[in-house]
Amino acid sequence: MTTLAAPVDVQLSKEEILRYSRHLIMPEVGMDGQLKLKQAKVLLIGTGGLGAPLGMYLAAAGIGRIGLVDFDVVDYTNLQRQVIHGTSDVGRKKLDSAADTMREINPHIDIDKHEVALSSENALGILKDYDIIIDGTDNFPTRYLVNDACILLGKVNVYGSIFRFEGQSTVFGYPGGPCYRCLYPEPPPPGLVPSCAEGGVLGILPGVVGLIQATEAVKLILGKGEPLVGRLLLYDALNMRFRELKLRKNPDCPICGDHRSIHELIDYHQFCGIPQHEPAPEAGVSENEIEVTALKAKMDRGDKFVLVDVREPHEYQICKMPGSILIPLGEVPKRIHELNSADEIMVHCKSGMRSAKACEFLRQSGFKKVKNVKGGILAWSDKVDPSVPKY
Amino acid sequence: MAKVLIPTPLRQYADKKDSVDVTGATVGEVLSSLTTQYPDLKKNLYTDEGKLRSFVNVYVNDEDIRYLSKDATALKDADTVTIVPSIAGGF
Repeated sequence: MTTLAAPVDVQLSKEEILRYSRHLIMPEVGMDGQLKLKQAKVLLIGTGGLGAPLGMYLAAAGIGRIGLVDFDVVDYTNLQRQVIHGTSDVGRKKLDSAADTMREINPHIDIDKHEVALSSENALGILKDYDIIIDGTDNFPTRYLVNDACILLGKVNVYGSIFRFEGQSTVFGYPGGPCYRCLYPEPPPPGLVPSCAEGGVLGILPGVVGLIQATEAVKLILGKGEPLVGRLLLYDALNMRFRELKLRKNPDCPICGDHRSIHELIDYHQFCGIPQHEPAPEAGVSENEIEVTALKAKMDRGDKFVLVDVREPHEYQICKMPGSILIPLGEVPKRIHELNSADEIMVHCKSGMRSAKACEFLRQSGFKKVKNVKGGILAWSDKVDPSVPKY
Repeated sequence: MAKVLIPTPLRQYADKKDSVDVTGATVGEVLSSLTTQYPDLKKNLYTDEGKLRSFVNVYVNDEDIRYLSKDATALKDADTVTIVPSIAGGF
């Protein structure tokens, strides 16, 4: 790494020397290398699938300062792959859970917790204090944001992404090397490429890809080996095959090319074609509720969401809302696996009381995008569809 | 005859196949033949104007066709054409 100063005043304690002995006795690391690791400042964006192995191994390796960026809460669907979080962490902030695990692994490191959604407003301020940025996010707007912020700041960006049983990894922003926009000038339009939440991901996959990223970060800090620059590594877990494709710096790249046209961070939601702001909720409706008229509007717009009816089967036979799935209130805890916390979930009952309880339970279980349909199917009958019988 | 490797997100549009053998003298011919065989692939690979989408890269062996002759890149029999779309998952 060109940006790292040579170790000067930093020293290892007796405890650290013992802890890092397997590093210290290998010539590629040694005392100099371990002191470089201790001086290094690495930022992990996301403490999810990729962030989990990254956080644990980089902590163990003795990276002196590790920043974590996340604003999410641990839920049950994370545990299949996000090994930095445990069952008892469900409902906790991922930052707290991840930091506790990392401190337990290695109390000799500093951890910065950034509880924010990375944005064009805060990205430069957060990234500037770190030597290496590791992108473990799960969406296109943040990936382009991280790329552009790294290029503007001259930081190296260790990239990894995953889908089902395939992964990609490379190093962007290395002096003279390509960036994310050189690889893919533009993101896909929304809906064309499914996310992990929609398409699924083999739980082990982010372990492999995250540790490829961790390996590259450690190599960059040590200044050893051949970094994954100008090469896109593809990993296919199903066929257990690694492939390497050439990745060139695009001379016409709008941010890292010869004639840069992007000089500051832009609106990445707009760039990715994603509308950022929902209309404000109507008066008298809390942020955890939705009016039946707003629900109807969502349906008419074709918005993607799951409508859960928590009444009893015999009530469901009387009347139902279009597209709803039936999970009676009493069955919600044992059938919670049928729901995906990544989905927007609307819950209704007859008048809104039982569904409020179901919403509360779901929120405690880590579901955040849950709304109670105010007034239930009675309000639906009153305000939207009078043909629905009231009972 | 070139072997085209289909990435995971696009296999649903190609009869779930991970590779397809397609005849054609150039990358353009091979992809045209592929999307004739699997019409659902077309909108995922090309814009309405018939341009290769900018979040889909195509490689002949390990080289990006943007740095070869793009669609006109000539193919030999043993060549592998790899389609690599952008994926963003990380959680």
